[in-house]
Amino acid sequence: MSAETHEAVHRHEPPTSFIRKYIFSLDHKVIGIQYIILALVAVIVGMTMSVLMRMNLSWPGTNWPILGTLFPGGAPGGVMNPEFYLSLVTMHGTIMVFFVLTTAPQGGFGNYFLPIQIGAEDMAFPFLNMMSFWVTFVGFIVILAAIFFSGSASTIGPIGGWTGYAPLSALGQIAGPGQGMGMNLWIISIAIFCVGSLLGALNFITTLLNMRTRGMSLMRMPLTCWAWFTTAVLALLSFPVLLGGGILLLLDRLAGTSFFIPGGLYVSGILSGTNPSFPVHTGGSPILWQHLFWFFGHPEVYIAILPGMGATSHILSTFARKPIFGYRAMVFAIFAIGLLGFFVWGHHMFISGMSPYSAMTFSILTLSIGVPSAVKTFNWIGTLWGARIRFTTPMLFAIGFVSLFVAGGITGLVLGQTSLDLPMHDTYFVTAHFHLVMGVASIFGMFAATYFWFPKMVGRFMSESLGKIHFWITFVGVYCIFVPMHVMGLVGMPRRYAQFTEYTFLTRLHPLVVFVSVVAIITVLTQFLFYFNLIWSIFKGKKAPANAWDATTLEWTTTSPPPHDNFAGVLPTVYRGPYEFAVPGAPNDFVMQTEPETEAERVGGNGHNGHRH
Amino acid sequence: MVTTVTGTKPLTKAGFGGGPKSPGPNGNGSPKRNGHRDAFFDARSSANRYRIGMWVAMASILMLFTALSSAYIVRAASANDWQPLRMPRVLLLSTALIIVSSITLEFARRNLKRGEQGAHKRLLVVTALLGLGFLGSQLFAWKQLARQSIYVSSNPHSSFFYLLTATHGVHLLGGLAGLMFLTLRSRLRTDNELAAEKSQAQTDAVTLYWHFMDGLWIYLFLLLFLWRQQ
Repeated sequence: MSAETHEAVHRHEPPTSFIRKYIFSLDHKVIGIQYIILALVAVIVGMTMSVLMRMNLSWPGTNWPILGTLFPGGAPGGVMNPEFYLSLVTMHGTIMVFFVLTTAPQGGFGNYFLPIQIGAEDMAFPFLNMMSFWVTFVGFIVILAAIFFSGSASTIGPIGGWTGYAPLSALGQIAGPGQGMGMNLWIISIAIFCVGSLLGALNFITTLLNMRTRGMSLMRMPLTCWAWFTTAVLALLSFPVLLGGGILLLLDRLAGTSFFIPGGLYVSGILSGTNPSFPVHTGGSPILWQHLFWFFGHPEVYIAILPGMGATSHILSTFARKPIFGYRAMVFAIFAIGLLGFFVWGHHMFISGMSPYSAMTFSILTLSIGVPSAVKTFNWIGTLWGARIRFTTPMLFAIGFVSLFVAGGITGLVLGQTSLDLPMHDTYFVTAHFHLVMGVASIFGMFAATYFWFPKMVGRFMSESLGKIHFWITFVGVYCIFVPMHVMGLVGMPRRYAQFTEYTFLTRLHPLVVFVSVVAIITVLTQFLFYFNLIWSIFKGKKAPANAWDATTLEWTTTSPPPHDNFAGVLPTVYRGPYEFAVPGAPNDFVMQTEPETEAERVGGNGHNGHRH
Repeated sequence: MVTTVTGTKPLTKAGFGGGPKSPGPNGNGSPKRNGHRDAFFDARSSANRYRIGMWVAMASILMLFTALSSAYIVRAASANDWQPLRMPRVLLLSTALIIVSSITLEFARRNLKRGEQGAHKRLLVVTALLGLGFLGSQLFAWKQLARQSIYVSSNPHSSFFYLLTATHGVHLLGGLAGLMFLTLRSRLRTDNELAAEKSQAQTDAVTLYWHFMDGLWIYLFLLLFLWRQQ
């Protein structure tokens, strides 16, 4: 029996009912789009919160009548109170990190394209895949519930920041507005999110190991697949630790245990154990929470950015029309970054009073991440070097990613050193650093991915002209927002504070604060151009052929959008690596992975000795 | 297309990542193992996803218990309020039950491999009953402690005891669900190679998980009652 006839009977038709096809779908493509829609909704919530924060920072005490109407408790008479600002800080961070930076790159694009790029017809466990999305969705609903039912009229959630540091997070209502029911819901939401991510990670790893098509050896996979795989490994090993910490935190709050709460605390005028609202606690270790949180928290940074790195490598090679520079080095660099990411969590805790020897160890390990990061950066530049670049919108965003990753990563070398981190840790310098490298760079990776794969997902191109306007305003905007923040941090402006009117040494920075806010608002408004482009192009975009960008990998061999089982029942066979651009002697400047060996290649022996034929 | 550009070094190197090769190993196993047939449609390799998935899931569960164990060790050293529990004797029974259940399940797995489906099903039921017995015995240990007024918030050791046994118990419930799935699974088909490999792989995966739960309990038991601060 030949392979083709065997495969032809494997063709799967999509389910016909609306609910099975679009809501509780087992199709990885639908689930990927569900994740992307979730991220697109969550990012609007997170972005709105950042605008509210900027408004309060630059125009403190101003009366915003609409805020007074919407949040009569949080902004009485339209003037934002400090607790409200702190809850904005918490919820902005939580929603952005978990529901945007973790869902879109991995759950969204990874889900959609990993099976297609390795030539599989779906994920290994489609039912788990569906559960993974819906569990994550429930997590999102619970975090929204924390906004509306925070247990305090003056906040829209807990006020302790996205890191939920104990003991503030472990004490309950007594610790402040929003720390009661708001914090409970926050922890439950994160725990649910952990479970959803774990189901997803399990699926990604198994799919990649078990379901690669004929000829798709590991070293023939696109770098995107390597990135999603490494991300899944990171998620698999780090989310359980956060889950464990969350369980302990919840027990401290609800069952009266003392994992994180030390004895003899005196909070809001009440001594521990002297009042029913503050039961007795002894001997807990608040630092223990920091360790558990950051053991997860640091890999989480890479969970956010690795898929962006994968997409960037893929897109740079495609539009530079050159093979990626140093494929093997790229694979090892991804893994090195992922591996080292597990041993550097202490650099978030230099100011926790840790032993200088541990701090030194964490510092050296942190700085050593610079090596694989530099390997990646040089390889990206090597890919662009001397290339005839096609400056499409996805390419612009991919180049933007490299720029932001370098700009944000450089300050990582500064903050990775204990002596420099100590004075700067609680300033805007850190805010600027992680927003550039983890927030904006990852988002640029996702913008690049969206513009790049939209033709495959929808069958139409997104508007290039709108895309370029979107790119340039966003690119200039984010630099104008975050470069001044470094300066603020160096001057000593503390992060998380609701306003700085009482600090005379910061008053001369006020014009800069206002400038950042104005640019931030412009940049945020520009994002609606992207939303418009997205929706408009679904209906009116230029029609895209199956191989929209003259690219080489498997997703471009199937129709746009791909059929239910990705390859209409005939799984492709792979003969080549993923980035065969500008191959000497080839008829086109790209050779698809499914292209069998030509006569010349066979005679020439894998491309060596080009003279002999 | 025999023309190649003279004097130009090929941009892609043969081997890793570049240059054409004949179809090599893929996710469904290397053709070397059974060269005479198409490796891609090797039913055993395709069913392997259950085994791989289970190893991956166990890595994740292991990380959860690693996190809780390190919290245990750190918390024990962080203050002087640690009062070691006296071990409820019934935990010895729990330990015996789960070890025996691991053995019966291993026999069930081998019976399926030999095609003895009747014995396989009977041993699955025995294993599930032993698992339920284990959970009952754990609940009894909780009751014994509660009778001595030792609750989750009484002291750090009791907090961890309740937490670790509960977390392990919840995961064991997952194992029981797996056993139930294996038992209720529609009549095993041995005529179709893919279906047969699939049911064997699922049985292997559940067995693996159950052994893991067994080993995990022994580890937790030693951590809780033999590991001492100072």
